[in-house]
Amino acid sequence: MSAVVVASFLYVPAIPGFGATGETARIIVYHVPAAWLAVLAYLVATIYSVAYLLSRDFGHDRRALVHAELGTVFCILATVTGAIWSRAAWGMYWNWDPRQTSIAVLLLIYAAYFVLRSTISDVARRARLSAVYAILAFVTVPFLVFVVPRTFPSLHPDLGADGSRVSAMSPEVLVVFVASLICFTGLYFWLQNIQIRLHDLEARRLLERRNTSWGS
Amino acid sequence: MSLRKLNLGTKALSWYSKCVAVLQKDLRLEFRTRYAYSSLIMFAVTTLVAISFSLAGGMTDTDIAAALLWIIFFFSAMTGVSRAFVLEEETGTAIALKMAADPAPVFLGKFLFNAALLMSMAFLVVPLYLVMFNLSVAIVGGFLLTVLLGVVGLAAAGTILSAIAAQSAVKGSLLTVLSLPIVLPLLIGATSATRTALSGSNPDSMAIYIAMLIFYNGSVLAASLLLFEYVWHE
Amino acid sequence: MCGGRSDGVANRIEVQGLGKAYNDRWLFRDLDIIIPDNSVMAVQGPNGSGKTTLLYILCGLVAASSGYINIVLEDREVTQAQKRMQLGLVSPELRLYEGLSAVENLEFFCAVRGLPFSLLRARELLEFVGLAKRGRDFVGNFSSGMKQRLKYACALWHRPHILVLDEPTSHLDEKGAQLVEQIILEQRRRGMVVLATNEPAEVKFGDQSLVLV
Repeated sequence: MSAVVVASFLYVPAIPGFGATGETARIIVYHVPAAWLAVLAYLVATIYSVAYLLSRDFGHDRRALVHAELGTVFCILATVTGAIWSRAAWGMYWNWDPRQTSIAVLLLIYAAYFVLRSTISDVARRARLSAVYAILAFVTVPFLVFVVPRTFPSLHPDLGADGSRVSAMSPEVLVVFVASLICFTGLYFWLQNIQIRLHDLEARRLLERRNTSWGS
Repeated sequence: MSLRKLNLGTKALSWYSKCVAVLQKDLRLEFRTRYAYSSLIMFAVTTLVAISFSLAGGMTDTDIAAALLWIIFFFSAMTGVSRAFVLEEETGTAIALKMAADPAPVFLGKFLFNAALLMSMAFLVVPLYLVMFNLSVAIVGGFLLTVLLGVVGLAAAGTILSAIAAQSAVKGSLLTVLSLPIVLPLLIGATSATRTALSGSNPDSMAIYIAMLIFYNGSVLAASLLLFEYVWHE
Repeated sequence: MCGGRSDGVANRIEVQGLGKAYNDRWLFRDLDIIIPDNSVMAVQGPNGSGKTTLLYILCGLVAASSGYINIVLEDREVTQAQKRMQLGLVSPELRLYEGLSAVENLEFFCAVRGLPFSLLRARELLEFVGLAKRGRDFVGNFSSGMKQRLKYACALWHRPHILVLDEPTSHLDEKGAQLVEQIILEQRRRGMVVLATNEPAEVKFGDQSLVLV
């Protein structure tokens, strides 16, 4: 896993950026996978939230939390890389372009999710309410991802053209892009695996501590 | 009429009467104490006056004017809508209510109450707003419809979110944090629709914005109805 | 989910392996009891031992950490919706609407349960709990003893099978305590009572006793 990640870093400097937007276009290799993962993570977190509400199994709540944490990290990455590109391509870091707005809102959703969790001390109540919030917020995501960009004009490259973005990439860039996509996804799965194991261990330790303090 | 249809009919009827009971109770209490309404109106009017004063006269930029209206509505809504559940938790009546009432009628009753509250606020604030900022409305029907839909949407999202916030340690202040991401699409749509209605330019896009608002309201209401029982009891 | 017990008793409360934990501490654990019909269960224990929490778990207001409580009526497990009709709770933490009058409170809780309201019955009930002629007064103006009496009225309106009482005689004078005794004995005849208390006078009502530590 880690070897693959390192390899993707070595590839990128080797290929020059393409003509129209210049060197800065290289950022697409990082920005797009990060954004894609930020959204995917949220989807998975929502699914686990639904699973928790139906089964009341705390394992699902832990997994939802892990995916939310990772999603936040990738979301921050996507937002920052997006802002850098925006500055380089159009001269300003932030202009509330619909796509920018949607990634910012996703970040706000994540932030609100964690704030909510931090204000509730009872474990069952915390899991239940944060699950409801995640699902409710998910309902508004289609608006941001699909409706808003279609209703309002956008500078974001992949909108206004249907799939031409992908085919417009030269083969070398395409290879790196896809490789990065795969690597990022791999990184994501690797991280969530570790985090889930960590959280499960913590939960088990808490249970043990609880049981021993009862016995004494 | 089959027995099954009869059963569903009576169930819907009992839902309706329970929802009305909740609504009536809240309206009665609110009418007697004016707890939420006064803080709501105070907030909205103070903000309006402050902005208008600092601009010293008219507002020629409809973009900013539209945005301001919805900023005022949003923050006023946050103050007013939280009453629905936070007050119940703080005064201890939430336990009695949970023991007696089913989730769906409670949600609908509280939602209707919040919608009524926010609409009455809009009724007062909108004329003041138009007067203070010296605005004229190009598309009146569209403007009114936007205000109506926007306010109802704020009520829908705000009701379930205040139910969530009421069960946390910080209650009221959490509501704004939770609401912003969820309500943002609504605010964007409403602001754009208001801008179009005020300036009159590009009137065809009005229909799209209205459609978006209707769709948003519908989704949030449906989702809230489904999710509310998980907020209501363990 | 009924624990496999079917000794033919149609109405009972089954508690199996019930436990409640807060973070790294168990409040109570491994509770196994059957509360039969027509009986009173008295839950005792020092402050903070979880008496109120146990009652709230029974009412469905708090989630258990392990195990479960089942209310079985007519051999069927009672759903959360049915609990609203079959349980009546009186507790210090439960408050009524102070901006409404006594009758309005009764009317509200009756309507929200989907029951038809009758002013006559309301008056009878208020008289029974010792609040005759106070029906139109706002609860905000009541003394704590009067509020406690009204709580009983609200808890009894829908004729629940199970009365759940947390500190039943708090805020009540001697006459009030006698009223509570009357209510408990009557309820025991028709259904069940689960009460949480430290008062020895109240504990003596219990057919069974559960002591939490």
